[in-house]
Amino acid sequence: MAMAAFRREGRRFAPLLHPNSITAPRSSLIPQELDPEGVRFISTQVVRNRMKSVKNIQKITKAMKMVAASKLRGVQTKAENSRGLWQPFTALLGDTPSIDVKKNVLVTISSDKGLCGGINSTSVKMSKAIHKLNSGPDKETKYVIVGEKAKAQLVRDSKKDIELNITDLQKIPLNYTQAIFLTLELVLVDKSSQAGLISVLADDILKNVEYDALRVVFNKFHSVVSFMPTMSTVLSPEVVEKEAEAGGRLEGLDSYEIEGGETKSEVLQNLTEFQFSSVLFNAVLENACSEMGARMSAMDSSSRNAGEMLDRLTLTYNRTRQASITTELIEIISGASALEG
Amino acid sequence: MLRQATTRLLSRRSISAAAGGSVPLRPFSTEVPATPALDSSFVEAWKKVIPNVEPPKTPLAFMQPRPPTPASLPTKLTVNFVLPYASELSGKEVDMVIIPATTGQMGILPGHVATIAELKPGVLAVHQGNDVTKYFVSSGFAFIHANSFADIIAVEAVPIDQIDPSLVQKGLAEFTQKLSSATTDLEKAEAQIGVDVHSALNSALTG
Repeated sequence: MAMAAFRREGRRFAPLLHPNSITAPRSSLIPQELDPEGVRFISTQVVRNRMKSVKNIQKITKAMKMVAASKLRGVQTKAENSRGLWQPFTALLGDTPSIDVKKNVLVTISSDKGLCGGINSTSVKMSKAIHKLNSGPDKETKYVIVGEKAKAQLVRDSKKDIELNITDLQKIPLNYTQAIFLTLELVLVDKSSQAGLISVLADDILKNVEYDALRVVFNKFHSVVSFMPTMSTVLSPEVVEKEAEAGGRLEGLDSYEIEGGETKSEVLQNLTEFQFSSVLFNAVLENACSEMGARMSAMDSSSRNAGEMLDRLTLTYNRTRQASITTELIEIISGASALEG
Repeated sequence: MLRQATTRLLSRRSISAAAGGSVPLRPFSTEVPATPALDSSFVEAWKKVIPNVEPPKTPLAFMQPRPPTPASLPTKLTVNFVLPYASELSGKEVDMVIIPATTGQMGILPGHVATIAELKPGVLAVHQGNDVTKYFVSSGFAFIHANSFADIIAVEAVPIDQIDPSLVQKGLAEFTQKLSSATTDLEKAEAQIGVDVHSALNSALTG
């Protein structure tokens, strides 16, 4: 008797349960809706709510994409215009990524905000690799971090190596003066108590340079969907002078006549600091540009995903609704025919 | 990663091809594709320590290689004049430039001896045929390479015809007055800078 009743019940359930098997991947939603008392009151409310939230998420990602696209346009022109700035320095001082010096300072450039694909983890990964490459028994490699995101990632395992970090760079559009201030701040690296004070006399700063090579790690903008992890090396004036002597990397530098300044080292000092500010200026712009591009493509794909999800949910919703209507009709009709018969 | 592999391979080949074709490379910049050996030693060291990550690009990969020093004197000077926000002249061939070096005005003709010069506020004149373009530059550096390339980097520069003479006069008068009435050292220094810049501008306009 009980078995027969169960079988009958089972037949009643069948048309309702059927749609679930079709939407198997999404089925996590459905069981919650099944009321343990009566299947008839199956609720579509959960699916509807979910659809609404997906729709809202899609709106947000679409808006973020638009914002990133318009910001990209502005920063891209700036980055492209600043590309000429570092080239003369590379032409003069060469490119020395493999130089072996004692005190390395890694300037990792990242963004302040997330949701921009893999650019921050790329620059962190590169920085860690370069750190590994330049670490040795009597060598010292420190991080200087620009941007919030790289800090969050690097603070986990290399907290002791972080010398300084600078955030909120992008709140106001970057200009060259800021890059110079940043340079001064970085040059002050070892006097971290004074790091914020830019008004420290220039002479003071020049005497307290505590690096042999600065390595700026950033993502160079290539196109909206691609960026290239890049490392620029800036040497300290002492290293430049040493390398310029016979047998060094920069042997040809001695063939240049130097005009202005009292001594050669003074000019080299100005030169390398100017080089650093130029490289940094370009690097920050390129990275901001890559960030916008990466955010644009990330947001594009997430709005597409949200759209697909919405389609699937709509299908589930309609099926469930249709199924419950059908059940009700069957019940009414079979009831009526039972009375007649 | 793989996506970049082909471009990387291609660029490397073109660099080595260019290097192989020319005269033996001098290690330094007058010839800009710096010794490829240098770059490859970095790549090798990188591959040894971090085998599973592609090495980062270095600035050289993004630069147009500069030609070697020619045997005969070229007739034109190739000038790159860059600002943080623009490349004012890029690879332009001119007859002569006059730069405001800290040691005085310097005329640069093709075949000038390799020089590094610091700039002071003053007039940069670019001579091309009978045309003379004048800019007022704030400060910066000029590198003259042995291959008749000149790189001029300035923090700020404006074409001289965009400067309003009446505003310069007004500013000069204002800062002179401020200088005489300044009481603190800071005010004095600020006024002095103002006077210096305006008188440099003034002499640029009149001279």
